Amino acid sequence: MTILEIKLCGIKMRNPTMLAAGILGSTASSLNWAARSGAGAVVTKSFGLSPNKGYANPTTVEVTGGVINAIGLSNPGVDNFKDELLKLNKSVPAIASLYGANPEEFSEIATRVEGLVDALELNVSCPHAIGGCGSAIGQDPLLTAEIVGSVKKSVKIPVFVKLTPNVTDIVEIALHARDAGADALTMINSLGPGMRIDIETGKPILKNKFGGLSGPAILPVAIRCVYDVFDSVDIPIIGVGGIRDHEDVLEFLYAGASCVQIGTSIMYEGMDIFGKILNGLERFMDEKGYGSVDELVGIAHK
Amino acid sequence: MHVPKIVKIKRIIEESPTVKTFIFDWEVKNEIPGQFMMVWNLHDEKPMSISMIDPLKNEIGISIKNIGEFTGQVHELTPGDKLGLRGPYGRGFHIAGSKVLAVGGGIGMAPIVAFSEEASRIGVDVHVVSAASTMNELLFDDRIQRSRSKLLTCTDDGSHGLCGFGTDLAEKAMSEDDYDMIVSCGPEIMMKKLFEMVEKFKIPAQFSLERYMKCGMGLCGQCCVDDLGWRVCVEGPVFWTDELKMITEFGKYKRDSSGVKHSIS
Repeated sequence: MTILEIKLCGIKMRNPTMLAAGILGSTASSLNWAARSGAGAVVTKSFGLSPNKGYANPTTVEVTGGVINAIGLSNPGVDNFKDELLKLNKSVPAIASLYGANPEEFSEIATRVEGLVDALELNVSCPHAIGGCGSAIGQDPLLTAEIVGSVKKSVKIPVFVKLTPNVTDIVEIALHARDAGADALTMINSLGPGMRIDIETGKPILKNKFGGLSGPAILPVAIRCVYDVFDSVDIPIIGVGGIRDHEDVLEFLYAGASCVQIGTSIMYEGMDIFGKILNGLERFMDEKGYGSVDELVGIAHK
Repeated sequence: MHVPKIVKIKRIIEESPTVKTFIFDWEVKNEIPGQFMMVWNLHDEKPMSISMIDPLKNEIGISIKNIGEFTGQVHELTPGDKLGLRGPYGRGFHIAGSKVLAVGGGIGMAPIVAFSEEASRIGVDVHVVSAASTMNELLFDDRIQRSRSKLLTCTDDGSHGLCGFGTDLAEKAMSEDDYDMIVSCGPEIMMKKLFEMVEKFKIPAQFSLERYMKCGMGLCGQCCVDDLGWRVCVEGPVFWTDELKMITEFGKYKRDSSGVKHSIS
């Protein structure tokens, strides 16, 4: 056992990093690539019941400290996505990210992929979704609880719930998700939404006008959310938001995350980011005399 | 920063009944033939190959074939109209060897003409196979001849040059001449056949692939190819034959904007 190995909701991971949902991850090939590059687990891009083209371009624009995106949950639908899940090389745990508009949709998709993945992550937090999906759910504690409860009744594998930071009190949403049976909380989805306007033409750059902010700029917000929720909720937290190096990972662990996800910074570092972070983390733990990742979790609360 | 830069169309060249080249003032730094730009017409944004790089006049050009809604809208623009450009993106053609065969099919000639100009300029002996459906769709004849590359043409209907496909003419060229390297861009079905030929002739080759793109900055995963997951917008669009052997979907299928697979035929 290396010092980086962890167990999350009974799932053994070789290290505390995952590929975050929505960055690559729409094919088995790119998920397997993340695994080959060192990720301890991989999360798929969110998929729903039927194929969805998402928004027209521009869907992404870079900003200081990250990007704003309104991809619009494009995906080939659960039937096509099952073919991708079947091609996963199983070298690391796989987590399916699901979205839907209501408890029935979530439960149906969950049931259909349960046998192909190690856990589910419910996307109730996409800030640019339409038709009552995404953060329309995650901003409503009762609706969140209803969906979590429904999925929990439908499947036996662990269910993670990805929360939006775009609420007045994230602890309230976290408690409702926990009470409804969530096994872990992923925090945070992209921030905002935000917007950029081209000054030559006066046009909003994104086709959808606004999109979720991700990348290093949102890290302090994510750290605060994890820190707050850790104090009140006793289930594991998966930290995500702007991680670019191992020091960022440490900050999330100290705030209370049991493990982390990495996404937008692949734009800066490429897939090598996993290897670089793991080397840095192991070196740090070695120098400071830590024997396991668990020892780092929640240090900021002591 | 991955942000569109608004530029005015400086001039427009009508290359054929369906293809126009749009020229922009652009500070040329290290743009490479085979790289592409994300072109925003304030309604939609699509990847387009750079077809002209002029580091002396600081101009670049993009050639667009009118095949749908976006390209139709761009074709209606006139000099002075604005477009947003971001890039250059991806890995372009590597110029190597003293004698090179460049094979372009249809609008795939866009990066090929830029390559032939750049390679000829630094002294490479470039032979260009230019393939089109019919005579008036043959692209960039003047520029290829001015660059002192040797131009070989073919048309599906035999209205100009050899009657046949680009692969027929390329095979003829490869049997008659010794090439150090091949570069190609065109319909994937053409490139797949050419790929098999260059393997037979044992000539190193590079091919430019096209896949549906959204972000262009290596994040969204829309253009990832099976089985290694490489992003066409970052690791590509140009791949060497050894890499193409690991792209199992090459010549077989591609994914659309929702990620659903469609076979290439």
